[in-house]
Amino acid sequence: MNAAVLTGEHFMTGDVACAEGALAAGCRFFGGYPITPATEIAERMADRLPCVGGIYIQMEDEIASMAAVLGASCAGVKSMTATSGPGFSLMMENLGLGLVTETPCVVVNVQRAGPSTGLPTLGAQGDMMQARWGSHGHYEIIALAPASPQEMFYHTIMAFNLSETYRLPVLVMADEVTGHLSEKVVIPEPGAIKLKNRPKAKGRKDRFKPFQAGPNGVAPMAIAGEGYGIHVTGLTHDERGYPVMTEGAQEEMMHRIVAKIRDNLDDIIQTESYRMDDAEIAIISYGVSSRSSLAAVDEAREQGIKAGLLRLITVWPFPEQLVNKLADRVRALVTVEINLGQIHLEVQRSAAGKVPVHLVGHTGGTVISPDTIVEKLREIRSTHG
Amino acid sequence: MKYWRVPLDVDEIQVTRGIVHIVEERCKGCGYCIAYCPRDVLEMSSKYNVKGYHPPVVKKPEACVNCHYCETICPDFAIYSVEAPPQEGDDGKHSASC
Amino acid sequence: MDKLKARSDHPLDALLRTDRIPHIWCSGCGIGTVFASCLVAMQTSGIDLNKTAMVSGIGCSGRGAGYIKLDSYHTTHGRAIPFATGMKLANPELNVVVFSGDGDLFAIGGNHFIHAARRNVELTVICVNNLNYGMTGGQAAATTPCMAKTPTTPLGNPETPFNLPLLAYASGASYVARWTILHTRDLTKSIEEALTRRGFSFIEVLAPCPTGYGRRNKEKPLDSLRLYQERTVIKNGADPSDVILDYQQGITLGKFIDHERPTFLDSYDKTCRINF
Repeated sequence: MNAAVLTGEHFMTGDVACAEGALAAGCRFFGGYPITPATEIAERMADRLPCVGGIYIQMEDEIASMAAVLGASCAGVKSMTATSGPGFSLMMENLGLGLVTETPCVVVNVQRAGPSTGLPTLGAQGDMMQARWGSHGHYEIIALAPASPQEMFYHTIMAFNLSETYRLPVLVMADEVTGHLSEKVVIPEPGAIKLKNRPKAKGRKDRFKPFQAGPNGVAPMAIAGEGYGIHVTGLTHDERGYPVMTEGAQEEMMHRIVAKIRDNLDDIIQTESYRMDDAEIAIISYGVSSRSSLAAVDEAREQGIKAGLLRLITVWPFPEQLVNKLADRVRALVTVEINLGQIHLEVQRSAAGKVPVHLVGHTGGTVISPDTIVEKLREIRSTHG
Repeated sequence: MKYWRVPLDVDEIQVTRGIVHIVEERCKGCGYCIAYCPRDVLEMSSKYNVKGYHPPVVKKPEACVNCHYCETICPDFAIYSVEAPPQEGDDGKHSASC
Repeated sequence: MDKLKARSDHPLDALLRTDRIPHIWCSGCGIGTVFASCLVAMQTSGIDLNKTAMVSGIGCSGRGAGYIKLDSYHTTHGRAIPFATGMKLANPELNVVVFSGDGDLFAIGGNHFIHAARRNVELTVICVNNLNYGMTGGQAAATTPCMAKTPTTPLGNPETPFNLPLLAYASGASYVARWTILHTRDLTKSIEEALTRRGFSFIEVLAPCPTGYGRRNKEKPLDSLRLYQERTVIKNGADPSDVILDYQQGITLGKFIDHERPTFLDSYDKTCRINF
């Protein structure tokens, strides 16, 4: 009996499923701060973590939460925080620290409508570009977009695996609707859940270079207390981890932390296709909006419109090549998301002018109805034939 | 040093002797070691180190009692003292008049 | 060759990243002295140095983590304490030392300080108080004396500074002391004690910033040390609300609080992990 993995069938909310996914992934530290609509993740972790030997600590704010999560990970424990828009904004500086110090961890953002306090209890997908570029400087990030409580469970595990494999904070970009939705969640046997752990430091302790890339571009990680005596800094640093204030060092460090993602896109990017084989109009969507899109595809097909859906599981890195190729074989692309065009910009860029790209989106507060999408599909068919 | 009263065991007291080492290239010439040496062992040298500072120089080597104060006040890890080996003819005992 | 030999012989070289020395701190800056005291205390306290990590924030003192040859983490501005909190809770075997400055720990990081003290997280926090933001050029901080001149208070600082030991005490710290860089022996002993105490330990160390603060307030490095010599009075056990830091009236030094109470982990284990 593994207390961390609640094997069986459950009826639970996305937020609770997310917490269970984290526990199943081996997360044993949660530093958080209550915020609607992510609070239930913290509550579940506060209840469950002590039972499996872990620690829940409610920090004084989201800045501290993110800092504590990084500290815990540097001490060798898989760690996570969960928040929503305003808290996500506060986490941005330390997210950058996590990226540049290559510290694995998971940050869940159960998105609500913004900007600012916005609509705390109502969903949106307006933080997608913040997920990509919210911290200052240039970097690559991984962000997943669950569309159901079952996916909240699996995507959280996937996020931990990716963060450990590639040594970076990984974002789970959920939304209020998915977070608060109750559905069946099937949790498998512990043995059926594949877990990954960060590459471990090996070799002579006095010669170890904490930021020297391994075979897949990822540096093995030394943990505090292992005796390697490493230095880790948010300043631009060399392979030894020493600060070096030159453009050369910046170039070298940045290329390495960007390359470890860009060179492994095939391993990182995951998408799903639905009725795409003969599709003439392709919807590109993610998260809760992809559920509306799925229903819209079926309804459109009923009405004789050959529609299909490309569902993004990893939103970042964006599947640029895939969308570019897709633009060769469809007549139009439609982005469906709860904002006024964020991933839409990526779709447009990737389509490179080959086909028209349309947007179905609004500013948040409710999901996008399948009818609205079907109406758009009809309009597109009448315009583009 | 003058005592207001000569301790009864003055013949038995052993005063440690120290040798000051100065890591010149680390020195930034703040002068803390010179100003606060209780035995006035050091003075500012007239020469420059590689960074352009005047490191201290030992002016009264025999006065050092290896108290390590220079070592602890130095912000630059540039000075330290070690215990001097007992010299021939020197049993380490000092008279009250020293 | 002689120079190389001399380097390797300094008693603290074993704990220093000697390939990064000389450090960035200015001539007469007191941070190096506090840092040296900290290293000596680490050596003499008997703690397992392989299980010891230093965490710093941003600023001149924040560079401390970069010079110690142990696991060391140079984090973001003001966030050393929450980072260290995560580290300590994730692996309670670690001795976690926060070495940072007054601006970092008490202005941008002030909220984290009071909460870590309240929770009594087992950390040793050493604050080098040089009364200003040295790294950015000497601007006013939450510790700058009233009426002091800085580039952001050109006519004199209209604000009142924090009394750090009082703040630490009121927040729940279990060990509180204040020293200056002149009081190296007391300081080292105090850090040694703090390292071996359970709970949240806080030591404030007054240190000159000749480049940032001293230059504008007509205080040369040796003048600062003279103030530390002439205007200070050691009152161990003094009530933290009486420990003034005023160059005119005097500066109270000493170990003010040394009182054990349950740490965060003690309480967490007792309350939450009772069945684990």
